[in-house]
Amino acid sequence: MAHFKEIKESRLREIFGFPGKKLSPGREEACPGKSFLLCLTSANEAEMMVDPAARIVSRESWGSYFLFIVESPLIARRAAAGQFVMIKVADVPSPLLRRPFSIHNRNGKEIELFFKITGEGTAILSRKKAGETLDIIGPLGKGFDLALAAEKGQATAKAALAVGGGRGIAPLFFLARELAAAGRPVKVLYGGRTASDLPLRDRFKTAGLDPACSTDDGSLGFKGLVTDLLEKELKASPAAAIYACGPEPMLRTIAGLAAAARIPAQLSLESHMGCGFGACWGCVKKIRRDGEESWVKVCEDGPVFRAEEVVWP
Amino acid sequence: MTDLTTDLGFLKLKNPVLAASGTFGYGPEFEPFLDLNKLGGFVVKGLYYDPRPGNPPPRLVETASGLINAIGLQGIGVRAFAEKVLPRLQGLDTAVIVNVCGSTDEEFEAVVKFLDGQKGIAAYELNISCPNVEKNGLCPALSPRHTRDLVRRVKRASRRPVITKLSPNVTDIVEIALAAEKAGSDGLSLVNTFLALAIDPETRQPRLANVYGGLSGPAIKPLALRLVHQAASRVKIPVIGLGGIMTGADALEFLIAGTRAVQVGTANLIDPQAALRIIAEIEDYGRRHGLARLTDICGTIKT
Repeated sequence: MAHFKEIKESRLREIFGFPGKKLSPGREEACPGKSFLLCLTSANEAEMMVDPAARIVSRESWGSYFLFIVESPLIARRAAAGQFVMIKVADVPSPLLRRPFSIHNRNGKEIELFFKITGEGTAILSRKKAGETLDIIGPLGKGFDLALAAEKGQATAKAALAVGGGRGIAPLFFLARELAAAGRPVKVLYGGRTASDLPLRDRFKTAGLDPACSTDDGSLGFKGLVTDLLEKELKASPAAAIYACGPEPMLRTIAGLAAAARIPAQLSLESHMGCGFGACWGCVKKIRRDGEESWVKVCEDGPVFRAEEVVWP
Repeated sequence: MTDLTTDLGFLKLKNPVLAASGTFGYGPEFEPFLDLNKLGGFVVKGLYYDPRPGNPPPRLVETASGLINAIGLQGIGVRAFAEKVLPRLQGLDTAVIVNVCGSTDEEFEAVVKFLDGQKGIAAYELNISCPNVEKNGLCPALSPRHTRDLVRRVKRASRRPVITKLSPNVTDIVEIALAAEKAGSDGLSLVNTFLALAIDPETRQPRLANVYGGLSGPAIKPLALRLVHQAASRVKIPVIGLGGIMTGADALEFLIAGTRAVQVGTANLIDPQAALRIIAEIEDYGRRHGLARLTDICGTIKT
């Protein structure tokens, strides 16, 4: 894939006659010149695109958790909370596939990625340094519905709850900021096994989103599962909506709590993905819609689903 | 500038690079990434007559330089394809090939008869070789007799050219290739995926819900190339080569081994613009070697 970059832009234009479609006004200058593919895809008015050279601006780590800030203007501009990107972590054919990462935040021309080392792909990514570039496709999938909190005659004065377990907190920073910016009250619940699994608590706090924390071992905040904390929270005050991302057992419990309390909920599901953009049908989960169950692509129809749609294995 | 057009006899392509079935959706999925008209063509995801649910997950496992899949040919069926997808493909200036599936020989015939009534299809690719739908990877392409009978049946029913897609999971690829040719197949495409297994040693469970799946990607390229060379050396009908093509150089290997065109598969999943990059790299090769026509190199392996 890296080989593509070696072929000169002028050659591509000669061969393919690009840009065959006229770039709409304003888009031309959005093309940074360094990246011909950005121009190429923007000519198609696409929502998702390939950025083969997104520069890592900074890198921060806490044990096996990492926060990367990456400059990718067009992906950043189009990103919505709950969407994800696919990253090619190696120039060699192994590991072969891209890896999916939630968009943790958007800040001007930058997107932010928060991840934990869970395997070979994330380990390779974690070793990249500021100044290096990443080959990214995005933004992908359907994100959170910010209007969920106001559905079914719900008063928006009630807070929306954003519940993250471990690295599942990743998309909820973006979501919570968007909710707050839209004037919707939001409360973040952030759970992990132990205090070191909650490295983002200060980041949330600084953003004015002071999270209620829980740890399984009681080393920080509420002692117990984040779902126990959620249950307590729901008893104390009714919520407008629940948004959640984390391990499947956690999401399953939250779906039950939301149903019992009749609160609309959206869950961001995780799945092994082949492509991330709907071509391979490898990432499916069982979803019930209009009374019918089927295998639905997490990458294209998700990763965010209504809690009541998910058919748990 | 090298002339990239390639003539399969039954179908002229503007260049020899097609996108392979199962890795390219129904086509429109790739419109955000590339101009479909720049491709030699593409083969849409396998179609059964009726919608098909596919296999339970996990459906994918990554291996060293490879990918094992057991999607199970989840798909929308011919009616939804004709109503929702085909209208979006009919304006394209590229070869749209439909990958035809069937649980029975009758179903293959029914799919072809239905699609014969639709516009905008250049050819059919008979998927007699998917290893993920029946137990132990069984499929018609494992038997020369079944291959012959099925191809003959579909050829009689079809008003369009038929490409038969062969399985690599056979003892003698030449025997199967000759059976398809003799039954009237207009062309061959090979290879489909290799029947494969991955196990999680921690749980001792197979990594795919389907247990076995089909291996694709760079890991299979030398194996595929050998099979393609053997088949292309013996049949007279045009051969389309595929199996782990990631670069222009990979594609050229298949052309030199004796194919008239190639299909790019797994590479599309990783780099949705892979097919265009491969075309550019082939073009570049043609320039460096001063080729007037790219097809001049087809089958020119120096043994």
